[in-house]
Amino acid sequence: MSALLELQNVNKDYRIGGFFDSATLRAVKNVSFTLDSSKPEIFTIVGESGSGKTTTARMILGNEAPTSGTLRFMGQDIAAIHSRADRLKFMARAQPIFQNPFEAFNPLTTIDYFLFSTAKRFLGLRDKAAVDAATDKALNHVGLSLAEVRGRYSHELSGGQLQRIAVARALIPEPKLIVADEPVSMVDASLRMSIVNLFRDLRDRLGVSIIYITHDLSTAYYISDRVIIMHRGDVVEAGVAQEVLGNPQHPYSRALSQAVLPPDPEAARKIIMAKIQ
Amino acid sequence: MLNTLQAPTTTDSVLRVEGLKAYYQMNYFGVRREVRAVDDVSLTINRNEIYGIAGESSSGKSSLIKTIAGAITPPLRVVEGSVKFDFGGRALDVYADPQAMKAARWQNLSYIMQGSMNVLNPVRRVKHAFHDFAFKHMGISQSAFRSRVEQHLHRIGLDPRVLESFPHQLSGGMRQRLTIALATVCEPDFIIADEPTTALDVLVQQDVLALIKDIQQRMGASIIFVTHDMTVHAAIADRIGIVYAGRLVEEGPTLDVFRRPQHPYTAHLISSLPRIGDNKKRSALPGKPPNLADPPSGCRFHPRCPLAVDKCRSENPPLVVRQTGRVACWRAGEVQAA
Repeated sequence: MSALLELQNVNKDYRIGGFFDSATLRAVKNVSFTLDSSKPEIFTIVGESGSGKTTTARMILGNEAPTSGTLRFMGQDIAAIHSRADRLKFMARAQPIFQNPFEAFNPLTTIDYFLFSTAKRFLGLRDKAAVDAATDKALNHVGLSLAEVRGRYSHELSGGQLQRIAVARALIPEPKLIVADEPVSMVDASLRMSIVNLFRDLRDRLGVSIIYITHDLSTAYYISDRVIIMHRGDVVEAGVAQEVLGNPQHPYSRALSQAVLPPDPEAARKIIMAKIQ
Repeated sequence: MLNTLQAPTTTDSVLRVEGLKAYYQMNYFGVRREVRAVDDVSLTINRNEIYGIAGESSSGKSSLIKTIAGAITPPLRVVEGSVKFDFGGRALDVYADPQAMKAARWQNLSYIMQGSMNVLNPVRRVKHAFHDFAFKHMGISQSAFRSRVEQHLHRIGLDPRVLESFPHQLSGGMRQRLTIALATVCEPDFIIADEPTTALDVLVQQDVLALIKDIQQRMGASIIFVTHDMTVHAAIADRIGIVYAGRLVEEGPTLDVFRRPQHPYTAHLISSLPRIGDNKKRSALPGKPPNLADPPSGCRFHPRCPLAVDKCRSENPPLVVRQTGRVACWRAGEVQAA
């Protein structure tokens, strides 16, 4: 058993305030967890805005260095990656998916440009046919094909399709890990399921581990294997998703799970009427 | 508790929309394009009722409420149909009498907007927002206006001191509460709420919904509540209308729509909701939302519908009364509720 990703006592401080009058804000406090490389899983980080979940994601992707503690990806310290070649190698194995698919793609450029340049850069492909083949293969994984996407601009596609293409782009270098930061919060409720099902499918079919970051407990329950709940930088609860979310122990996780409206008119109405009194 | 689940007993209507068609008509460089964003919608909203409108993005739900509010600008134009309000005996036809519409705005008809940060001016104190939005419509002196606003804030559980704050000093939930206060300070008869909880943090969503429901009950106002989140409709709406590709495809009391959806699209929306304590695989709707510039023939849902037959491809189903609501589907009622 070897670790795919290993976080050990990771802390991140930010300095806030002016030059003379500054304070430090600890955005992430002492976070540790390990993803196993032999067992792909969907690992979910739950928390409200300001809980440190995005900062954690940025550190995993190497966009932000931890103040203390270490992050290791396949045995290599992420903060110690300096050379361009090492960085490219790392990026090919750990890929991000962003929150808003409409902002992730430049509206003035056709979508296929992003797919082709990912294939050229990470797979080192030069031959046009090989680039097309790699792109098409990744698009097939998300239920699309290059023929549907070629020459299209982002405004011609729906939010659900764009987010699928964003997933396909991340799949081109055949990564081991995908970090998805709130991938469904900008997508319609009716299309959310298709994205979330896609993650399940990627885990089972391609063996990709996914770090799924969300504030939505109902989709977290639906797809996660393990979950950690973060509150103001602290991990307040961690464990198997069904146990943690089904029977939360910490007061904050309980508050979060009670904030989920049940999809049933009678129960939901009771909650709202109780709040009024 | 149970009486809130039944439709309100008063049946007099405050809004009547009849055969409304509003299209985006564009003519650039000799290329004519027509996007049928609102296509033959008829609905009635009763006094003291929350009417939820559900539908995915680009289904035309925003165009529909803009048309109802009389807030449309070209290229969106009303092609046919009428929007008529009845504010306690004072009738108002939105597209026949623009002058009366102006007088009714905010006094009778107001609007809760989505992005609270974009509504409140970031460089001015909150009190100026109240002045800009509501002062002209109240017809009272400055000092009387100030005390009315303070009273109103107090009534909905906000400290009147927030009037002296700048928007960035307040949390997202607080700002959304202020936009609700803004929309209700004149005690309007009719409120349009466009995704008021979508941008909020999960922990404050329920409080904001409770606030809207509470104000609505106390003022006896009617609300059109637009959101794509079906769980919000479950919590707050008395009746729901489901919009698909510019058309109303189903309408009925919330409880009946959730228990026995008649239209396959509605059934899908409800069965795809994930719930804690149940992680069996849920199917996603195949295909993509239709392009309204070139909608599918017949029933617009047929390319994605699991029950589609030949008739669905050629003939558009009318919206007909069925059980407690209305539905537009040739195979209505044949769907299995989840």
